[in-house]
Amino acid sequence: MNDEIKASEPESEDTPTQTPSRFDRLRGWLDPFIEKGKGDLQAAKDPKRTQLWKSVFRHKLDDSARNRSLAVLTNVFLHLHPAKVNRDAIRFRYTWGMGGLSLYLFVVLTITGVFLMFYYHPTKGQAYQDIMYLHNDVPFGGLLRNMHRWAAHLMIITVWLHMFRVFLTGSYKSPREFNWSVGVICLVLTMLLSFTGYLLPDDQLGFWAVTVGTNMARATPLLGSEGPLGPELGMTAYNDVRFALLGGSIVDANALLRAYIWHCIALPLIISIFLAVHFWRVRKDGSISGPAPVMLASEIKPPRK
Amino acid sequence: MDWAQLAEIASAPDNIPIVALLFLIPFFTWYGFRQALATDRLITRLEGDSKLAKTHHRKIEPYREGWDQKLYVWPYLLRIEFLSAIICTFILMVWSITLNAPLEEPANPTLTMNPSKAPWYFLGLQEMLVYFDPWIAGVIMPTLIIIGLIAIPYIDTNPLGNGYYTFRQRRFAILAFCFGFLILWVVMVIIGTFIRGPGWMWFWPGETWDHHRLVFETNQDLHQILGITGQPWIGMLGGAAVGLYFVLSGWLVHKLIVLTEFNRKIYERMTLVQYLTLQSLLLIMLALPVKIVLRLLFRIKYIWVTPWFNI
Repeated sequence: MNDEIKASEPESEDTPTQTPSRFDRLRGWLDPFIEKGKGDLQAAKDPKRTQLWKSVFRHKLDDSARNRSLAVLTNVFLHLHPAKVNRDAIRFRYTWGMGGLSLYLFVVLTITGVFLMFYYHPTKGQAYQDIMYLHNDVPFGGLLRNMHRWAAHLMIITVWLHMFRVFLTGSYKSPREFNWSVGVICLVLTMLLSFTGYLLPDDQLGFWAVTVGTNMARATPLLGSEGPLGPELGMTAYNDVRFALLGGSIVDANALLRAYIWHCIALPLIISIFLAVHFWRVRKDGSISGPAPVMLASEIKPPRK
Repeated sequence: MDWAQLAEIASAPDNIPIVALLFLIPFFTWYGFRQALATDRLITRLEGDSKLAKTHHRKIEPYREGWDQKLYVWPYLLRIEFLSAIICTFILMVWSITLNAPLEEPANPTLTMNPSKAPWYFLGLQEMLVYFDPWIAGVIMPTLIIIGLIAIPYIDTNPLGNGYYTFRQRRFAILAFCFGFLILWVVMVIIGTFIRGPGWMWFWPGETWDHHRLVFETNQDLHQILGITGQPWIGMLGGAAVGLYFVLSGWLVHKLIVLTEFNRKIYERMTLVQYLTLQSLLLIMLALPVKIVLRLLFRIKYIWVTPWFNI
């Protein structure tokens, strides 16, 4: 630092007649900063060369085969895709797009569901008031609740159709047997998620639907108070499997809380794990199943012993 | 015809998905089978022409020499995915703006809803309650449906039809699944929605829901029809009847499994465990329509009455 000050001293002595004005001194002091700023402006003209840009986007954007692959492979939201897919599989008519739509609806349900949780208390009496308040007073509250409800219905339809398509194309066959089984679990969990949500508005519709539904649990063989061999094993309305589901012998405050926790925490966590396995296995089992070239009956190989 | 009644059921917001199903399921069944039949025509051609079979690309999709087998996901797949998501969001938005999610009066345990229905996707199970006791319709059957679905890949030993639509190469599997899914599941859901009224009674579409309707039908147990009394005999008769059902329909199903030359080939690939699992699942599935027919034709309530359970 001292060297720099010394170096500037002779310069001021060279021009003794002109004492630099305050403005010039300020200029002299600011110039290095302006120079730096010009560098920044230069970078702003081509932001793709900045450190910030490069740290976020790991590849260039010009249209090359490498970059098309990297666009998918270096993006966490897209990396479930391979870089390339069977050209015929892209057609709507093979997959019907139902698996992807199911995932999309699951995301929609998660987002709208989190918003709904801000306005909802899983408490008897309060719950119904919350829904009324949400529907009539909260801005876009009605839209939010409607979207959650209809997306849930839609997801059940898309999941059914997804299963139907996978069956019709024989996509459950080797090597995808296990992934079909995981998919069946996801199907069941989807319906359970919808069912547990049914009770939450705490209205007549939900109350009686859940009453009808859980009354069946009473009839579970061995574990239900009215099921075959249940009473013989000491099952009553106060210790059987229905009691465990409802947290009581009737659909009441405890049942509401249990439905809420299953619906908002437990089941979403469980289905997320199964979905992760499901998608992972889609890739690991050789990506999408087809449309594959047909195999003729004369080409069947004898089973491996 | 009571159009108002029909309109009321069809336009109930919670029934919209079933109205949608009425169109979606037939459409996609047609859509899938159309491709299956097109593939089958190709298979017939290839089977009759071994030279062609060696050179053909073996798909019903358009094909041109020099086309890449694979396409980049970015943009060819992703643009379709984004477009689907946008269309789906649009449909959902319009649906949510025009129709409110149902909200009835606050829950009231002292005021029973009539009819009180399960959510629409469980109506197949509720419909089964008409024909079976709750422990079968509500517990055993759902469990077996789940187990049966999971078991499908492990009992289907047919190596053909892996990754393309076809009917000819998988007749038995496709007919069995479509019977279970379309008839026993979807149709039951539709019956539960449109036909079942107060007291879970049968009202044809357009018939007015009469809350005071009484139906005088007496269902009898099998042993009452045959005039057998006294417990060990009743139980033994029921056991024999159920056993007879399993033997007879098991024999029939076996005949179906080995009906054609091709089916026999597939049957030879099965292990005993695979075969027995397939048989049990099919027989239990078929028991439902059999019980429905017995109820409708002979007004039979139970086949098998024991002190512990009734079937």
